[in-house]
Amino acid sequence: MQFLRHSTWFFFISLLVLVPGVFSLFRYGLRPSVDFTGGSLLEIRLPSGSKVTREQLDELLPTDFQLATLQQSGESQYQIKGSELSVDERQNFLLALESEFEQVEILRSETIGPTLSAELLRKTLNAVILTAVLITCYVWYRFRDLRYGVCATIAMFHDSLILLGSFSLLGYFFGVEADVLFVTALLTTLSFSVHDTIVVYDRIRELRRKHPRHTYTEILDAAVTETLARSINNSVTIILMLLALSLLGGATIRWFSIALLIGAITGTYSSPFTAVPLLGIWDRLQRRRQLARKR
Amino acid sequence: MSSVQKRYLVIVFLTIIAASIALPEKLQLRIPGLNREISLGSPRFTRLINGEPVTVAFSFKQGLDIQGGMQVILEADMRDIAAEDRQTALESVREVLLRRVDLYGISEPVVQTAVAGESYRIVIELPGVTNEAEALELVGRTAELSFQLLRENPIDISPDATDAAQIDFSQALSLEETGLGGAQLKRATVQFDQNTGEPQVGIQFDEEGSKLFSKVTSEHTGERLAIVLDSSIIMAPNLTEPIYGGQAQISGGFTLDEAKQLSIQLNAGALPVPIALLEQRTIGASLGGESVRDSLQAGLLGILLVSLFMMLYYGWSGVLASVALTIYALLTAALYKIFGVTITVPGLAGLLLSVGMAVDANILIFERMKEEVRLGRPFMRAMELGFGRAWDSIKDANLATIMTALILINPLNLPFLNSSGLVRGFGVTLLIGVLLGLFTGVFVTRTLVRMYLREKK
Repeated sequence: MQFLRHSTWFFFISLLVLVPGVFSLFRYGLRPSVDFTGGSLLEIRLPSGSKVTREQLDELLPTDFQLATLQQSGESQYQIKGSELSVDERQNFLLALESEFEQVEILRSETIGPTLSAELLRKTLNAVILTAVLITCYVWYRFRDLRYGVCATIAMFHDSLILLGSFSLLGYFFGVEADVLFVTALLTTLSFSVHDTIVVYDRIRELRRKHPRHTYTEILDAAVTETLARSINNSVTIILMLLALSLLGGATIRWFSIALLIGAITGTYSSPFTAVPLLGIWDRLQRRRQLARKR
Repeated sequence: MSSVQKRYLVIVFLTIIAASIALPEKLQLRIPGLNREISLGSPRFTRLINGEPVTVAFSFKQGLDIQGGMQVILEADMRDIAAEDRQTALESVREVLLRRVDLYGISEPVVQTAVAGESYRIVIELPGVTNEAEALELVGRTAELSFQLLRENPIDISPDATDAAQIDFSQALSLEETGLGGAQLKRATVQFDQNTGEPQVGIQFDEEGSKLFSKVTSEHTGERLAIVLDSSIIMAPNLTEPIYGGQAQISGGFTLDEAKQLSIQLNAGALPVPIALLEQRTIGASLGGESVRDSLQAGLLGILLVSLFMMLYYGWSGVLASVALTIYALLTAALYKIFGVTITVPGLAGLLLSVGMAVDANILIFERMKEEVRLGRPFMRAMELGFGRAWDSIKDANLATIMTALILINPLNLPFLNSSGLVRGFGVTLLIGVLLGLFTGVFVTRTLVRMYLREKK
């Protein structure tokens, strides 16, 4: 099949997904979780059937507490997030809740100081940069050609941007937060993306050795055609797994699984339809410049 | 016996061992129709180590987010401590906290120090603890060290007391303040006796402490001076002679470890470090249980779907791949138990994800085989070529994942990378998953295919 002729279409599809996400990313950013902002998070379970409202909570919480979000996380189960609460303040709040609802179970309570959250943000960025650099160098080294390294990296950034953009949109519309696990998913997406790309590139290298007479475009097309079934099948298995986890895996890892799912899908798409067409364009530009020089 | 058969036997053997380790510790099975119950369980070994029986049982190590509990990160304020003493001071804080937590009765607590640049931290994990206020009170206090005179009062034993229980022993010992405490102690170090070479602990007081100490030792020669840490006596050496100059040695047939331990405890008082709370996470036990149940259910469903897909798409090879996948799952569970990998909820997700990825190697191989068959090669030849050619891609592609997993795990504890337990948990399971996936994809599936698949006639 002649995939490369449709390169423009593939880039167009990418843009269609990228633009809203990137727009949202610049306009609204990500919604950072307590891990990154510092503050307190409380998840409580009230006796079944009870409900709690913002106003009610405002009265029970200390006056200087800033309530950021109140989210229902299950039946009669709530997540309260806001500024940092001291141990005493938490105890008093719990007592006040108990006098109101009789039985209150604390499912989770987290308090993260400002030093640690800032540090986490820095470390996270370091990890993303380090992963990207290592992977680029690795691909460059494996294929003895900078072009491959660069194109694989661009595809990798394409995938991370799609994931970041989706979570910016999800954050804006559904209040989904980016936490430590989201970053983990982002890093995994980097490796997913390059995993698939390497499989296709490997095939390109092999075909070039086998058929030195064919044009580069023909080789690229053949490589995509031959690896497509494997790409799709592999993604189907990963996607089946992650779909099951997202739908049934429980609240703790729901958004984590969804992030991985988005990463897996875009990682699969970007290998044949971003990383390979980019190689084709690079090759064509190079050839054109060589021709111009000869004249 | 051919090499394929040998490999096959190795796989069967490995699977049986892995399965028996992976079994839950106790499992009751009722055989339908036979009205009998058999109980299965992972094996327990009891061995004599240094004359004491030690039982080795295989069980999963659950992370705090699964079994519930509390994690606290504390920062030690080292401003008032000289740079060369900081490491010692931190070690002492750790020791004191561990002691308190142990006394409080928490099983398997973790108290670790983490030093990065100018920050000196202590990470504490308390499984099963949900009472925040009490626990924070326990770990948030600075250590208090004092030297007090231990008085042994003669006990009146009335002639009609026949039972030891009737004698009031609390009357027998009493403590008397000397005014000497951690504040006047400069440092404690492990030394060796110049004559006998026996380990001992040397203590050094500051100016005020030296005066007090010489007064106490000269007035109370022959009595015992108790070293009291956090209001419990750690030891009570005899004052053999008056000591002037503020330097003293505590000896008493210590082993080197005991001497070290004592010096650490003394230093906790000598180098008091204020502690600030940086982060606190508490997870109720019910939340963890629910998450595990949910993700396991989801995982089983996922594995079933993946197997079904493989069988439908690849036929008999798919069936073999599913068998390999089951072996993979058993091996993973067994490895987790053997190495004591801490299982967290994200870790479970990592495991399930790696199942999805383990299939990848199989798919690469089967697609390659199909291609070679399409090119007209005989089946057995196509199979060997398929495995051989797919291996290059598999190796290269998985190296990238291994690199990412290593960055997530941060095994060298690089200060500029994350070391949070959740992220690590995911990284570790992903790494084990990828490595085992390579093994099952290339070794197990290959052997199974060689054993069972023949050309269709």
